[in-house]
Formats: sequence, structure tokens, C-alpha cells
Amino acid sequence: MPEVLQAPLVVEFPFTRSLGPVQSAFLTGLRERVVLGVRTGDGRVLVPPVEYDPVTAEEIGGLVEVAQTGTVTTWAWNHAPRRGQPLATPFAWALVRLDGADTALLHALDAPGPDAVHTGMRVRIRWADERSGAITDIACFEPYDGADQPEPAGHSGEFENPVTGIVAAARLDYTYSPGRAQSAYIHALGDRRMVGERCPSCTKVYVPPRGACPTCGVATSEQVEVGPGGTVTTYCIVNIKAAHTANLDIEVPYVYAHIALDGADLALHGRIGGIPYDQVRMGLRVEAVWTDDSRYPDHYRPNGEPDADYDTYRELL
Amino acid sequence: MTREIAVVAFAQTDHRRTSHDLSEVEMLMPVLHDVLAQTGLKTADIGFTCSGSSDYLAGRAFSFTLALDGVGAWPPISESHVEMDGAWALYEAWTKLLTGDADTALVYSYGKSSPGSVRDVLTRQLDPYYVAPLWPDSVALAALQAQALIDAGDTDEPELAAVAARSREDASANPHAQLRGAVEQGEYVVRPLRTGDCPPIGDGAAAVILAAGDRARELCARPAWIRGIDHRIEAHSLGVRDLTDSPSTRLAAEKAGAFDRPVDTAELHAPFTSQEVVLRKALRLRDDVRVNPSGGALAAHSVMAAGLVRIGEAAARVHRGESDRALAHATSGPCLQQNLVAVLEGDPR
Repeated sequence: MPEVLQAPLVVEFPFTRSLGPVQSAFLTGLRERVVLGVRTGDGRVLVPPVEYDPVTAEEIGGLVEVAQTGTVTTWAWNHAPRRGQPLATPFAWALVRLDGADTALLHALDAPGPDAVHTGMRVRIRWADERSGAITDIACFEPYDGADQPEPAGHSGEFENPVTGIVAAARLDYTYSPGRAQSAYIHALGDRRMVGERCPSCTKVYVPPRGACPTCGVATSEQVEVGPGGTVTTYCIVNIKAAHTANLDIEVPYVYAHIALDGADLALHGRIGGIPYDQVRMGLRVEAVWTDDSRYPDHYRPNGEPDADYDTYRELL
Repeated sequence: MTREIAVVAFAQTDHRRTSHDLSEVEMLMPVLHDVLAQTGLKTADIGFTCSGSSDYLAGRAFSFTLALDGVGAWPPISESHVEMDGAWALYEAWTKLLTGDADTALVYSYGKSSPGSVRDVLTRQLDPYYVAPLWPDSVALAALQAQALIDAGDTDEPELAAVAARSREDASANPHAQLRGAVEQGEYVVRPLRTGDCPPIGDGAAAVILAAGDRARELCARPAWIRGIDHRIEAHSLGVRDLTDSPSTRLAAEKAGAFDRPVDTAELHAPFTSQEVVLRKALRLRDDVRVNPSGGALAAHSVMAAGLVRIGEAAARVHRGESDRALAHATSGPCLQQNLVAVLEGDPR
């Protein structure tokens, strides 16, 4: 069995999220170094504020300014900060109940070590130098035992230019493995061969193989070389240039087709080249075109054979 | 409720640190074949199929549609999927059988945590406005809960170490478990939680078959009847919750009938030692209840399958005659955010 392949895979996306009125006021407040909570029907103040009472589900919206000092309600020492976390040096995660609030806010607490942290300790907000209206406008909490605790000014919660949305970047890193069947397929592609797998039960040959027959629910295993010729079973004409960088140099219109390689019982798909787009047709006989150094076919082109009879591919549409 | 529904078969893979030699469907298929073979059923005999998984774990979009190849889903079958642990897929299948639309159901789930960093992946399920931008990883959040329990006097580090040791010792008898026997408690990962307080990271899959009424009796010598099942959720924000308690677990247990009579066995989905402390209290488990004879989630924790495994392990004990009334619990989210409780019983012997 050939070596099972692995490759790095990065999934990265910016989520653009709109804010409701309470979230907008809270995050705009952070930008302006003001901390707002919301009052529930029974008079409790929730920080961070939400738009529905977590107990009664009642819609709430009465904003209350709270202090920038508070008390740690629980904590955990993080000696090895991870990517994206608020501080790059060891810190405590902490839930902090700000003075004037009845609930706690999760953030980082900058402290010299775990011995300097305890539940009940007093802390205050350290603001980020640059603030945009996000939870990260709070850089972290820091220990604070001063008596000087300015009273909240009673901000109304109304601001100039309130933020209405956030862009939350997310990145996750993986080591991707396609498993046994697809590794074998990709290895064969490296030799410019197309190798499918046959179902031991129904004898259908799947290309590319995924390791299982979707009809029988059993593992495929016998490897079967297919092609090099194939038949266009159906196609579409693409008129809009893709935004994806891999396709930027492909001129529109072009044809994207389902291609049943000879010996395969499932059509795969690919681009058709070497023929004007408006002359592509069902039954057209094609072959793969490999560009230099390519590990997979760049496109398929007519191979000069007469068109296939409809009955030879009708089951593969 | 007029229809009796039972777990009639259970299968799981070995849970391993990595399964990079297998795609998800390749990992899943042997379990599906195993559970079907136990009952003699074929895919075409199954009335409803429901699965649980998450694309984020392996970074593979629509992985659950590829996994369906292992079921043999063509021609089309009656099928559904939840982006949750398979225990919630089982709940959906149970409701489907209750309606009378189906007499049998196949429930499966799988998780491959090895391709990514599961501590970071799980941050993406958190509140996207106030919490996820801080990337608090799953161990950090569990550690906040553990410290709250220690502060409240509900536990201490030696007691947590004892939970870890007992779980891995029990797992010695479980050939599928990833961590078995004596395991070092190790250094702090996020204090107060040490390596031994945390679940192993691994890949695996599980499947069960549900059947209703006489169909269950035909398929299994001693069906594990689901006497009640319910799931509940805590408030969204961690800072609103009392992290030392789990009112949602207690409520789910009450609705599932768990408090009507004592259980003899409990399979608890507590990925962290400290969470077993919370669950024992919420579920009012007496000292004579056998907790996690399989070793629990501290011995094998294939994310998305571990909750379904709890139901399967509890049911298997009923099948084997080792339990007459068992409780199974599954959780999802940070610090026991969502909780499902099922009560399983065997016919009197």
C-alpha cells in the first residue's frame, strides 16, 4: 500500500457579524472607555450585556454604566498562552464581576504568577491603546487594590458613530489526510494515471474513489485503472469569471463538464479545452491534458474519436 | 408516550490518538457493519438514519455527506444529521420512532480531532461577540470551573486526581479505550487542571441501533429500553452561570425520570475530572452507583462520539445483564453547557 498522504491545511475566514442595539452600545462603549451593563426585569445588572434575559427570555435594553474595577469570581493560570489569546506572556483567565454588575465578564488578568492571583482579588480594566469597538478593546485586567475608584458617570449608552458590526477573524490550522483510498488515487495521478476502486458487491468502479460504495455501504478496494479516454455526459457553459485565484487565468466563457472515463461507473468533472465552447456536446470523446509538473489534469480536450452513442453513457448522467 | 423504544445494539471503534491512515468514512464503516451485524439488519431494513459530527474538527467541509457513503445511502434513505454529539442524533431518532414513522433507526457519530488542535477548534463554538475573539481554549474554560469548585469547597486537587485514577483503572477492562491503567497526573495544563484531569485527544466513531416494541425484542435478547430522555441548556454566558452546579443536567434528569427510582449504573460524559464532581451532585448519585465502568470520557474522548458512547456503554451493560437500570449522560459546549440524560432499563430477570 502506498504511503498515506498528509498536507498542511489552513482554514481562515473573516466573519462579518452585525450587532443588536445592546451589543452595539456595549462595544461602542468599550471604544470610548465606558462599560455598560443591561438591567433585567428583576433589577439585576448583566455585564457583558445581552438582549434577552437569560432567565425569563424577556427582551431587555435598559443600559447602566458600571465601574472599571471589579472582583475575580474564578480564575485559571495559563502558563502557555496560545495564538489569538489576549496576552503573549503567562496570564490568568478570570471571570470578573465589575462593581455595579451582578454577573461576570471573561477576560485575561495580567499578573506576575499564579501566587499573585486569588478568587476575590480586586482588579481593574487595562484599556488597549487602539480601540475599535470590540471585546479586545479591553487589553486585559490588572491587579488593583487602590481606594481610588471613580464612580461611573451614568452614561446614557448613546454615542456618536456607534459600531454596528464586528469582523471576527478566525484561523484554524490542520494537517489534512485524505485516507487510504484517496491517497492511492493521488499517488497514481503523480504518474499521470487515473485509478479508481471497484465495489466488491455491485462491481461499480468509482473515480475518484472515496473508500466506500455509496450504494452498498462497503469498502472498495480493488484498484482499477480507467481512461485515458472519456465521454462528456453533460456540461454547462460558465460565463462569469471566478473570483477564486486558481481560476483567474481562465477566459470565459468556458465549458465545465461531467466526464465518464472509460471503465468508470461514475462521472468526474473537469474543464473542457481545445475546442470552442459552443461546439462541446454530450457524447464528445475527450482525454486528459497534463501540463508540465502538474499532479492532476489541467483540463480535458477532444481526443479525435467519433462521438459516443447515447446508450453507452445514459446510466452515468 | 405510548411506544416503547430500546437500544438494541452498540458498536465503537478503538479510540486512537491519530487515524491519519483513514478517511472519516473509512474509520466509520467497520462500526456501521458491526452494529448492523449484531442485529442481522441491512441498510435497507433501517427506517431512519441520524448522525452527529462536526466539520470543524478535521477541517473538512460537508464531511457528514461523505460519511454517508459508508451507510449505503443510495437509493436515497430517510436520513438526518446534527452538528452535535451523536447523543443528540439519538434523541432525534428516538422522537422519529415515537411518531411511528419508523420502527428501527441507525444512529452514528464520529470525530477526528487529530488533524487540528481541538482546544482551539472548540473556541469557535463560543459567543462570537464577547468570548470567541479572546480564544479561550477548552481546557482554560474547564479550569475556571474547576477553580470555582475548589473555592466552593466542593473538591480539591487530590480528589480530582482520584477521579482520574479510578477512570483509567476502570478503562483497563475496556479494549476500546485510549488511556488505560496507571496514567501520570502530570503537570498543569491550565491550573488547576493537570494533564491527568483532561481527556485524551483522539479519533473514533460509534453507532447504535434503536428499535420499537416487538421489533426490539426480535433483535435483541435483552433490549435496553429508553424509559426517558431529555436535554436542557444553561444560560449562554459563562459569567451568568453558577459553574459549581448544573441545573440543566438536574432538570433533564428529572424530566427523564432519573429520580423516580435509583439507578445502579451511570455513564457520565465528564471530559474533565472536575465535571464529574458537578454531575454527581446534580444527578444526586449515591455512593453505591457504579459510575463510568467503561472509564468514561477521561479514558476515551472522540469528540462528537463520546456522548453517544455513554448511551451505548450503558445500554451494553443492560444487554449483558450487568445493569437493570442505568443512567447515561452526554454533554456539549463549555463547562457542561448542554446536557442530555437518558434512563435505560432491562426487562426484569
